[in-house]
Amino acid sequence: MGDHITLQIARYLPEKQSEPTFDEHEVPCPKDWVVLDGLNYIKDKIDGTLSYRWSCRMGICGSCGMTVNGEPKLTCATFMADYAPGPLRIEPLRNFPVIRDLIVDIGDFMRKLVNVKPFIVRRYDKPLSEGEYLQTPQELDEYKQFSMCINCMLCYAACPIYGLDPKFIGPAAIALAQRYNLDNRDEGAKQRMEVLSEHAGIWGCTFVGECTKVCPKHVDPAGAIQRYKLTAALEEMKTFFMPRGA
Amino acid sequence: MAGSPNYTDYHPRWLRRRVSTYWWLGSWSYFAFVLREASCIFVAWFVVYLLLLVRAVLQGEANYQQFMSWSATPAIFWLNVVSFLFLVYHAYSFFDAAPRAMVVHIGKTRVPASWVAGGHYAAWVVASAVIFWVLLRA
Repeated sequence: MGDHITLQIARYLPEKQSEPTFDEHEVPCPKDWVVLDGLNYIKDKIDGTLSYRWSCRMGICGSCGMTVNGEPKLTCATFMADYAPGPLRIEPLRNFPVIRDLIVDIGDFMRKLVNVKPFIVRRYDKPLSEGEYLQTPQELDEYKQFSMCINCMLCYAACPIYGLDPKFIGPAAIALAQRYNLDNRDEGAKQRMEVLSEHAGIWGCTFVGECTKVCPKHVDPAGAIQRYKLTAALEEMKTFFMPRGA
Repeated sequence: MAGSPNYTDYHPRWLRRRVSTYWWLGSWSYFAFVLREASCIFVAWFVVYLLLLVRAVLQGEANYQQFMSWSATPAIFWLNVVSFLFLVYHAYSFFDAAPRAMVVHIGKTRVPASWVAGGHYAAWVVASAVIFWVLLRA
């Protein structure tokens, strides 16, 4: 049928099965329906046991990341009509343990994120009476791209390095560390460098570049990691040639 | 549910999938990445080849002619052709990556990425032109 599309949805019910299976459902496919609409249709009308995460439906919360026809996508921003006549294969994000159906465990990322201190670190906070920390538009531009990350995990799902070595801190956490390093109000770069200059940090990345390609917010985590590598190498050279400091 | 030995109410059994050994055949961009990594082997080969050439030149005319004859054998010739193609790809991928690692400022203005990449290509052309000029003079 031209106005319908078939969704093949990965199901994993840990209490019943040890391997995932696929359910097929035909759903309406108007041109303004995204994959998430198709899933909601199934949940509401066909099979209420289907489990998946979603929240905002507008590419802000980063909850609805899934693998759509083999590619990590935000299902709220992926139009089913673009895949007509189908079928569309929907699986959980790769490289994460699957808890149930399309829901993955992102605890590993959350723990790593905290380690890179994704917040402004100050040695001394100036008193409120001295006013706000002013920033020029140019200073904002330095980090704004990296601040657009919504923690959707698509970059982790696309990164074969993370899949092969789960110790790797990963693209989003490093990009967020870089976001604060490049913020002229921040003074925590040295603390972050201690975490990120380890093998599981920036040096684990071999610049596959897929993280940047799949990022729905154009954050360019791969670029952030390469910049960080350059900074780390320069810092290392500085300590070698000027051991007592510049 | 209760009958399954691998399941408890509070900690369901997670599905952990292994990355296939052939993950790099899964998409063109993964394959291109592996080709880029493999190109390092051919870069290393050209370094060795260049050192062998220098050694042959230093050892005199006869050794140089012997080296050239060895280089003209089909195996070495085709190895060098393949190595050259990989070297061009290696250079292209390096220049493509450079603007993402190097953020250059002139004063307070950020230099566009295309300029950084363009600078690398320009340097490549200039270096190649200098080498051609030296070869043609000889």
